[in-house]
Amino acid sequence: MSKELVKAIADMREEEALKLVREMVEGGSEPMAILDAAREAMTIVGQRYDEGTYFLPELMLAGEMMNQITDIVKPEMAKLPEIERHGKVVIGTVEGDIHDVGKNIVSFMLDVNGFDVLDLGVAVSPRKFVEAIRDFQPQVVGLSGFLTLAFDVMKETVEAIKTAGLRDEVKIMIGGGQVSEEIRKYAGADAYGKDAMAGVSLAQKWVGAK
Amino acid sequence: MEKQLSPDEKQEALWQGLLSPKDPQGNDLQFQSPEAEANYKASITRIKDAIQLKEPDRVPVTVFPNMFPFTYSGMTVQEAMYDYDKCATAFKKFVLDFEPDIHWGAAGPGPGKFFEILDYKLYSWPGHGVAPEYSYQCNEGEYMTADEYDLLITDPSFFFRNFYLPRVFGALDGFKMLPPLTSILEMYGVAFSFIPYGLPPVQGTFKALFEAGAEALKWAGAMGGVDGELATLGFPNILGGFTKAPFDTIGDTLRGTKGIMLDMYRRPDKLLQAMEAITPIMISMGVGAAQQTGNPLIFIPLHKGADGFLSDEQFEKFYWPTLRKVIVGLTDAGCVPLPAAEGGYSSRLKIVKDLPRGKTVWMIDQTDMAKAKETLGQNACLLGNVPSVMLSVGTPQEVRDYAKKLIDTAGKDGGFIMGNGSFFDHAKPENVKAMVDFTKEYGVYK
Repeated sequence: MSKELVKAIADMREEEALKLVREMVEGGSEPMAILDAAREAMTIVGQRYDEGTYFLPELMLAGEMMNQITDIVKPEMAKLPEIERHGKVVIGTVEGDIHDVGKNIVSFMLDVNGFDVLDLGVAVSPRKFVEAIRDFQPQVVGLSGFLTLAFDVMKETVEAIKTAGLRDEVKIMIGGGQVSEEIRKYAGADAYGKDAMAGVSLAQKWVGAK
Repeated sequence: MEKQLSPDEKQEALWQGLLSPKDPQGNDLQFQSPEAEANYKASITRIKDAIQLKEPDRVPVTVFPNMFPFTYSGMTVQEAMYDYDKCATAFKKFVLDFEPDIHWGAAGPGPGKFFEILDYKLYSWPGHGVAPEYSYQCNEGEYMTADEYDLLITDPSFFFRNFYLPRVFGALDGFKMLPPLTSILEMYGVAFSFIPYGLPPVQGTFKALFEAGAEALKWAGAMGGVDGELATLGFPNILGGFTKAPFDTIGDTLRGTKGIMLDMYRRPDKLLQAMEAITPIMISMGVGAAQQTGNPLIFIPLHKGADGFLSDEQFEKFYWPTLRKVIVGLTDAGCVPLPAAEGGYSSRLKIVKDLPRGKTVWMIDQTDMAKAKETLGQNACLLGNVPSVMLSVGTPQEVRDYAKKLIDTAGKDGGFIMGNGSFFDHAKPENVKAMVDFTKEYGVYK
């Protein structure tokens, strides 16, 4: 049944997937097995996105299915299992910019790919990034921005991280809107990712996960 | 019976109107010099030729920024939104300093106080959720719920007035209490439909409307003033109005990005039906604006159909059919649609090239211009695509090299307007200047 579930989620058959989950719960399936199946499906969704067969609607729907499945399974478990995490990422949209559609997708894809993600939200000041790096100790920092003003703010944020003496502790990736390799150089970040999977690949490379 | 004008004749009439501009009193516009008049008319002819895929005297050049004219003058976006005269002065300085062939008007910042009067919740703007120096930004949300499709489909105006507007404007809450206008039919019962207008919440809403209208009028005076003055100096505003792709109308501000993308799977038929229902409304929005302003160009910012957002199949099923209807509806009425293909459109070129020839302008952002020229460019004029990133952090030489490549490829045989590819708030002035000056020098057709 869990094979069927993986396929239903990966093929975007939402109703069928949720029905299967309910049946599995009622039939006494291990909640952990259901979540594992959902995660396996998310990996397939990510691959299909990377290959260019899936696009934003599929990522959005996959996220919705994941949330609903977690909600169904949660009451069956004493506590949600700690899954093994590859590493930690602090992510946010930089100060002055409140766009979050792209950033949320990157957050979600990092999460389902086994990263512990601290999402600071939108209009995050350089100071807040610095504090979050100190407290959360991520290996990777993601700066998102849609507007042209974000170019300067990304640069300021990278500089603030440097001034705080934390630049060598983290790898910094940037993305969103018009952000490009030129802006990567301008801001002094380590890499630029053109989409969510590029962000996941960068983070995986940096923490040595496969 | 009056003769029905063909689409071409309607478009020509709009161009002729632009070529013989009037002042606000309806008299012939007095130019400040014979050169200004010659420049004004040459610019319009140049743009018209480029749009109609003929070879103009040279490549036309424009700057189509967001908040750059105001940051360039050293003011905050907040100042540009709240001090209409300052906004107008800065815009005039921007046009006179950079001297693009055509401009798009100073309406970008909008009237700050007007937004306050109506308690606009759809956006954050300077002093209301963003810092003074930053541009306003949309607060994405589900301003239409998933179960409201039938309401929208049945009576879009009723849905907008009674559901959508009270959600995005705090001061328009009284609209919720109004009965449909279509209930007003005959003597018996007609008064029932008017009872709500006697209630305090509705009267409060109308009071806010009067105040907002007065503020908008004040602002429009300042914006119209600078347009008129720039025209007398030889710089025409070419923007006739705007409309949207039905998919974006629903996806941007009604259902939100996530909402509409889930709807593609959960209720595709309702979504398709709703887009069809609003298509004629999107057409009349553009046509009405062009008639009012006398300018043929109708801007259509394209948001959610870009490469990477949807698959080509999804684009062809959900995005393109109603957008194409809007574009063709506009060209039938003599308008020149100006879709701005924000982001990348490489994989869509083969789809969107299916359009009436020489009647549209496409603003191109991150799409390869040589490829765009071979496909879409065979049927449509291309505008762009100097990257905002280059204008922001590049050098004048990089801009000139890029512009040269554009003129040599996209500019071949006409059908091209030089400009930025995406909207920008910040740039190095010398880079913007390089784009304009180089085009005027190198872009001459021989």
